[in-house]
Formats: sequence, structure tokens, C-alpha cells
Amino acid sequence: MAILVKMENYLDSRPKKAAGLRAVSWSPYLVGTGIGMLSWAAFYLVNKPIGMSTEVSKLSGWFASLFVGMEKVTANGYWSGTKPGFGYETIFLIATALGAFLSSRRSGNFAWEKVPSVWSARYGSGTARRMIAAFVGGIIILYGARIAGGCTSGHGISGTLQLAVSSWVFFISMFATGIVTAALMFRFGKS
Amino acid sequence: MNFPLSTSSPTGLLLAGLFGLVFGILLEKGRVTDYNVIVNLFRFRDFTVLKIMLTAILVGGIGVAVMMRGGILEGWHIKEMNTLGVILGGGLFGVGMVLYGYCPGTGVAAIATGSIHALTGFLGMVVGGVFYAVTYGWVKTAVLTVGATGKTRLPESTGIPEFAWWIILATASLLIFRILGKRGKANG
Repeated sequence: MAILVKMENYLDSRPKKAAGLRAVSWSPYLVGTGIGMLSWAAFYLVNKPIGMSTEVSKLSGWFASLFVGMEKVTANGYWSGTKPGFGYETIFLIATALGAFLSSRRSGNFAWEKVPSVWSARYGSGTARRMIAAFVGGIIILYGARIAGGCTSGHGISGTLQLAVSSWVFFISMFATGIVTAALMFRFGKS
Repeated sequence: MNFPLSTSSPTGLLLAGLFGLVFGILLEKGRVTDYNVIVNLFRFRDFTVLKIMLTAILVGGIGVAVMMRGGILEGWHIKEMNTLGVILGGGLFGVGMVLYGYCPGTGVAAIATGSIHALTGFLGMVVGGVFYAVTYGWVKTAVLTVGATGKTRLPESTGIPEFAWWIILATASLLIFRILGKRGKANG
């Protein structure tokens, strides 16, 4: 009898099967198909593959201009070719955030999170540690993306799908060091 | 209307908004705005990211290849194969991705789902971009020139034709999906 009550409680506590934007998640195969078709549209309609890290680098230029002025920024060897400014990629970045926001609000997934569970299981629930790791990780990831010429979007999806040699090498290299880093940072097996 | 449109035209900018919106929804619905899902890929505990990426590559790649063959696309957008840069950059990227728990795209999306540490990491990315620009002169001569072979593609570099690559990739992906499927849904 107790088991039946437990089962009933469990069934009630499960999120109701919702469809569309209200769904908590979609099948990864459906999501992948969607991103693939989005690439078709991006190639055909604007002749520009999906990417994110270039816009972040442009934001870096804008950020630097607050301290040294835009003239010095555009005189830089990198930013002279990747000029900071509001444009297609800026809108794409903002709209990506907006899409994720709407989606998470509709499904009820939106939640303020300072320390995720996989992190806290290993490093505790202290906020400072997690924030420092995220900040340092952010520095490394963008520096790496720039040296390689792209990120998970620009290389990992848009580049690999064109069978670019550089993108497949990036993909493999990223997984290799990611696995090593995860092995050093987290215990395998039980979390 | 003739395609492709200029990315600076009003319709082009409107499409940037539409594409971003769809991309953000897909990332959130794919659960890759969740730190745990991304980090657990590298711990072999959750293969959601891999499933999404391989499916996107297959669907996107075969479609783009067909459109290219049909002559309706302007041309490829291949990134330079600067061997040292790509290996080193990809390597740093993997380290950063596990520390941060996101990549640039999923990080941006995660901020909008309430992840505060994703925002902290985003600020880190902005600083990382400054570091890159400051060191660009050195990187350009010391790193990017090493083993630079240009905008190469697998079919030309290996002599294995385009369609054969897609058969290989499709077979490998389906095999991986099948193995992951057998591991049970608990592992994502």
C-alpha cells in the first residue's frame, strides 16, 4: 500500500507531458536536425554560416574601447579586421539569448543558478570557486577559439558539416583535452 | 527576391534575429544550456551534446552539399587549416569548455535561462578576446603560420570523394547512436 502511495506521488510529481515550447526538452536528434536545417537556411538565405565567437571578440573590442578608446582598438591588428560594431552577428547573439529565455520560461526550466550540481558534488556549494573557474574557463575558451578560428558553432557544426579539415581537427583536439580535463577535475564513475 | 541577401540589409538583419531565436530555442530544448549536460559529455555520462552535434552535421552537411552541387550556393566557408593554431586552439578550447561548462553559443543561451556562472564565464570570454587581440601580433607570426595549408576540405585532401565521406560519417554516426541507445536512456 505504501508503495502504491509512493508511486502515485512520483507520478504526480512528474512534469506533465507537454508539447512544443512548453516541453522540458526535445529529442537530441530533433534538435540536431533543427540546427542542421538552420544551417541550410543560413547558407542559402544570407550565405553566412552560424557562429558565435567572432561576435564575442567584437564585444571584447568594444569593452577595450571603454578604456583605451575606439581609435586604439581599431588600430589593433586583430580588431582592424574584425571591427567591433552593431550588426548581423550582434543581433544573432542577442536573439539566441532571447530564444533560450523564451524557451526556458515556457517550459518552466528557467532558474537562477550559481553553482551547478555536478560542480557542487565535487567542489562544494561555494559560489566564489565556481565563479573563478567559470571566469578563467571563459578566458581560455575564447583565446582558444580565436587561435583556432572558430568555436563549437563556427568550427564544430558549420565547419565540420562542410568537411573542412581544420574543423574536424578542432573537433578532435577539443574532445581530447576536454576528456583529460574532466578526468583531472572530476572522478569517473560515481559523481 | 534574390538570395543570398546582404547581411547588412534590413531583411538580412531580420533573418539574424529569426535564426538566433530558433538557435536559442533549439539549444535550450536540447538541454545544452545545462552545465551538467555539457560537462557530463566529457565524463562519458551524458551523450546529448554528441547526438545533437552529429545529427546537425549529417543533416546540415548533406543538405549543404546537395545545394552546393545544385549550384544554388555562393561557395564554401572553410576556415584556414593552420595546423598548430587549430590543434592548440582546439586543445585550449576543450580545457576551457570543461572549466566554464559551456561554449560561446551555449554560454550566451545559458545566461538567458538564469545561469549566473554562465554570465561570469561570458565576462571571462570578453577578457579572453582582449588577450587575443593584445597578443595577436605574436600569435599571427609564431602560431598561425606553422603548418598553414589553407582552406582545405577532406575530399580534396584525402582523395576520398564527397559522397563517400557522407556514407562513412552517416554509418559511423548511426553506429554510435545505436550503441548509445543500448546504454539506456539514463545516460542521456
